[in-house]
Amino acid sequence: MAAIFWWVIFPYITLTIMVLGLLYRFAFRQLSWAAPSTEFFEKKWLRIGSPLFHWGIIFAFLGHVMGMVIPKGFYDFFGISDELYHAGAIIGGGIAALMVVVGLIILLIRKMKFERVRAHATFASFFSLIALIIVAGLGTYMTIIYNTTVVSYEYRTTIGPWFRSLFIFQPKYHLMESVPFVFKAHVIAAFALFAAIPFTNLIHFYTLPLGYPGRAPQQYRSRSNYRKKGL
Amino acid sequence: MRIKAQVAMVMHLDKCIGCHTCSVTCKNTWTNRPGTEYMWFNNVETRPGPGYPKSWEDRDRFKGGWELRNGKLKLKAGGPISKLANIFYNLNMADMNDYYEPWTYDYEHLINSPKTDNLPVARPQSMITGKYMDKPEWGPNWDDDLAGGSEVVPLDPNVQKLQEHISMQYEKTFMMYLPRICEHCLNPSCVASCPSGALYKRDEDGVVLVDQEACRGWRFCMNGCPYHKVYYNWNTHKAEKCNFCYPRTEAGLPTICSETCVGRIRYIGVVLYDADKVKEAASVEDPQDLYEAQLSVFLDPFDPEVIKEAEKAGISADWIEGAQNSPVYKMAMKWKIALPLHPEYRTLPMVWYVPPLSPIMNHITNENDLKTDGYIPAVDQMRIPMEYLASILSAGDTDVIRKVLLKLTAMRVHMRGKTVGGIDQFRQSELVKEAGTSPEEVEEMARLLGVAKYNERFVIPTGRREMDENLYFEQGTCSLEDLAPPEGVAYHSFGKGE
Repeated sequence: MAAIFWWVIFPYITLTIMVLGLLYRFAFRQLSWAAPSTEFFEKKWLRIGSPLFHWGIIFAFLGHVMGMVIPKGFYDFFGISDELYHAGAIIGGGIAALMVVVGLIILLIRKMKFERVRAHATFASFFSLIALIIVAGLGTYMTIIYNTTVVSYEYRTTIGPWFRSLFIFQPKYHLMESVPFVFKAHVIAAFALFAAIPFTNLIHFYTLPLGYPGRAPQQYRSRSNYRKKGL
Repeated sequence: MRIKAQVAMVMHLDKCIGCHTCSVTCKNTWTNRPGTEYMWFNNVETRPGPGYPKSWEDRDRFKGGWELRNGKLKLKAGGPISKLANIFYNLNMADMNDYYEPWTYDYEHLINSPKTDNLPVARPQSMITGKYMDKPEWGPNWDDDLAGGSEVVPLDPNVQKLQEHISMQYEKTFMMYLPRICEHCLNPSCVASCPSGALYKRDEDGVVLVDQEACRGWRFCMNGCPYHKVYYNWNTHKAEKCNFCYPRTEAGLPTICSETCVGRIRYIGVVLYDADKVKEAASVEDPQDLYEAQLSVFLDPFDPEVIKEAEKAGISADWIEGAQNSPVYKMAMKWKIALPLHPEYRTLPMVWYVPPLSPIMNHITNENDLKTDGYIPAVDQMRIPMEYLASILSAGDTDVIRKVLLKLTAMRVHMRGKTVGGIDQFRQSELVKEAGTSPEEVEEMARLLGVAKYNERFVIPTGRREMDENLYFEQGTCSLEDLAPPEGVAYHSFGKGE
């Protein structure tokens, strides 16, 4: 029963909260949708912490795509052995994981250390930082310590297929039962964090302006017509 | 030809007394909310001085505006790809220390203090952290009237460019005021810097605005604007800027800074320009040609061809008439006495400045027996170095400044001759020839610059409400979003009348 809750019900509940929350905020709370920058208050610590964390998490995201989304058969087809894959995952993932955790810790210290920043830090901003540290910390432990000291865990045959099965609405929850505890904790914490996205600063990554390079540099809008076109 | 109308402003610096009334009324109107304390949509700087924020003209540091790279017009801070790569940290952005930490005073203490031996004082209190500030060290107009002296004046990037040494001795120094608002440029670099496309130029009047719903707070506009006139609201995490008081100009009223200007230095009017020529004008090779190139994009509102095209572009008759009576058109395009601020930024700014003259003429002591042409060398030996004015208003081209100053001097000489008499043949003088003017033009100028009647200073056609979607539907709604139902949201969806 517990397996059904954690690997079927819980992921769907959290993803539903995320999607509905995002839609609600997009439709009715545009005025509060922004990257909540405090660069204006403090630049020196941010200069190290922010790029370290953000680039780290982008690499980590790509790593998760490689491990969770791309099936193991894909690697086998190209003749990438398990040893080679895991060596790459531990080194590449380890670097990304350290970037994320170190960046986050710098950002957390910065948030507490500088009065101007601290004065305007909200519960949500502390929550998202600390939640990220927990999720990323577990991930770092798994990648760097667990994988090298206990066993190089083959998540591509358990967590990966389970994760993909969520999106075809046939969750293979039994696959998760044999997964080591730290991996389970990492997954559960991550899904809890997904649910928090619409209510915290994390929302800004859904509007990364990737269309910017494609648009005309100058923008004109008509006072009387733009709403008609836009809405 | 793609004709657009632009609402523009001229400031006559000779008349600015540096009273800051414009800044104060603007602040009371637009930026007295949390997060906006440090925002001065309008500010008045004492020059020479660093301005606001400190040394905003230092383009090597802030990288604002445009530059020519391999003959192509590019954002100096980098194009879209490099912006996306640097979105997590903006090296070139100014922070609060470049502006100031806003503070108030603990006035409560004056009332609530228990009886003490010494008078209670109201201590400065930060509006960011709420903590007491023992010693505020910088603030808006901290260096007003050269009060920063030789410590602060060298922070002015224009001073650093000057060959000549600027003396800070009381009897040798010079000073002028520079009131600044958003330039509402024809080629705005803030708009091009915005990854979200939240900044835009309004079709109807060319006002540059920030869509508060589309802004995501990426902050590239802050230093993308070389004039540093886009501010980051730390409370809402969105950008805000001068909006040319569009709710007032749409109703035919001047902006609040112009309305309350004590010296009547500000003029507002419409100009017509060809939007197709903007990019070409901003891309001329030599920065000193930018002023002339900018003038070439404007269209003569009396030309029948232009009127026909303007009508085709949907510009109404009262806007064309406004363009014909525009004081901005007269001063900037016809008489060429108003100059753009830092044309070398290649943004084609639309707030124009008539350079100050008064401190120059002060050292003519024998004005009674001075011949007309005796004023020419006086213009060349003026108190404010011509290079300094040129560095601000003409990309360093002193010839442009000299011509304007000669014209203003000619006006002064002629009008003095008319009322006091005793001046020799003005029409034939070298002064008139060098200034390239005539008594008729000069008299017209004196009327607009000197008499400056309200209706002549402000020629503002009203916004066209008849173009609105559905006036009947919007009746009774309120544009104060979050306080009242916003426009377009009503109780019955069928009321929209599509």
